[in-house]
Amino acid sequence: MQYLVSVIDDRTASATDDELAAIDGFNERIQADGSWVFAGGLAAPSSATVIDNRDGAAVFTDGPFVESKEYLAGFWVLEAPDLDVALRLAAEGSRACHRRVEVRPFL
Amino acid sequence: MSEVSDAITQAHHEEWARVVAALTRRFGDLDIAEEAAAEAFATAVEKWPADGVPPNPGAWLTTTANRRAIDRLRRENKRPDKQKEAQMSYDVPSEPLGAIDDPRLRLIFTCCHPALAMEARIALTLRMVGGLTVPEIARAFLAQESTVGQRITRAKGKIKAARIPYRVPSAEDLPGRVSGVLAVLFLVFNEGYLATAADTDPVRHELTAEAIRLTRLIRGLLPNDGETAGLLALMLLTESRRTARVSAHGELVTLDEQDRGSWDGELIAQGHQLVRERLATGMAPGRYQLLAAINAVHTSARDVRDTDWSQIVALYDQLVRLDPSPIVILNRAIAVAELDGPDVALGIVDRLEDKLETYHAFHATRADLLRRLGRSKQSRAAYDKAIELAGNTAETAYLTRRRDQLG
Repeated sequence: MQYLVSVIDDRTASATDDELAAIDGFNERIQADGSWVFAGGLAAPSSATVIDNRDGAAVFTDGPFVESKEYLAGFWVLEAPDLDVALRLAAEGSRACHRRVEVRPFL
Repeated sequence: MSEVSDAITQAHHEEWARVVAALTRRFGDLDIAEEAAAEAFATAVEKWPADGVPPNPGAWLTTTANRRAIDRLRRENKRPDKQKEAQMSYDVPSEPLGAIDDPRLRLIFTCCHPALAMEARIALTLRMVGGLTVPEIARAFLAQESTVGQRITRAKGKIKAARIPYRVPSAEDLPGRVSGVLAVLFLVFNEGYLATAADTDPVRHELTAEAIRLTRLIRGLLPNDGETAGLLALMLLTESRRTARVSAHGELVTLDEQDRGSWDGELIAQGHQLVRERLATGMAPGRYQLLAAINAVHTSARDVRDTDWSQIVALYDQLVRLDPSPIVILNRAIAVAELDGPDVALGIVDRLEDKLETYHAFHATRADLLRRLGRSKQSRAAYDKAIELAGNTAETAYLTRRRDQLG
């Protein structure tokens, strides 16, 4: 079972050196125990482009699909047997990156 | 006939959670478990009057529910539905069987998982563990049936989609999880004890009884957990005064005016026993244990004049250190009024105005203190405010009489 752990932030690339080191440490640990699937940080929503090609004539629009003060700043995809394990890992991730995180299961 | 329907009612009360829990464990799916359990009870209603009550109703119900669940899965599995197949083959891995490995307890912890909203936890616990119907839960919490139904459906959906495990949490998670379960049971009890609706009975015994039953269950399985013992003692001692608390005219009777002879001595004895057990451990008491101890002091006094108010204030002092919330401070002030006089208490209460302005008990307490100080005009205004904010019918009747008695 895979879970998306979204990092919620109102700034981009704002992690301090200490936070980056803690994130690296957390990543290494979950890579070692097999929970790590993928992770990454994302550029600011101002860098987003929305594409609508539903009619076969692609329209490109500058900016994110939804404006909000806080947004997805990065994420982990984790492998966990159940929500309790995912929550425990996400809690460690939140502590490491010093941001709030949201956990959602993949379908 | 009535013997059979009594047996079915009793089986529903005693066996519902066990049947649902056994099926949840086997099929790993709350929906299947609940539907099959409901079908098994429907079959009992149909068959027991003709065939007689089986010697072991719980086993009969579990077997019947298991067959119904398998029938249902076979029917549904004819459709090419991969997920359903996966669920059927999904077997709960066996975990070490400890003292607390009880299927009903697993069910309570699943329904009270911290990833579910508090309202959903309460509704789901009453439905899956307590066996209450959706209309019963809706009535108890003054919600629309459709809202309660949605809450339960959504909570079950989250349990399945997010894969909330059906198990008692691991030792490291247990203390945190138990407190969530106890909070749900305390809310259920309180709603029963002081129903908030203008159009319901002021006391809803079915809710207090259910909360006590479930807390006893947890107590039986976690006998060394202090706060579980404390909450059970608190509920028993509160429940012991239930019939004395509302007059024949449906008016609230306050502690000082209650007929102490009509308190339930058996419940008091059980509550006192639990409080003594906790004291004997010498461990620092938590919130529920302190509230239970306060109730133990009240129920130890044969006459209100014998109440050991200094002991009660001392216990409230401990409680304020754990939980310095304005409501705790307000309740402490009520005891202070008995020990140091209403003027001292009023000084404490008046400082809470900012935080408790919309809480009826704040105004009711002020009204009573002002009355005792002979400040009738201010007392009347405070009673008016309390009556305006109170939701419980018995309490409104009491406050109205007190106001009208003012000189």
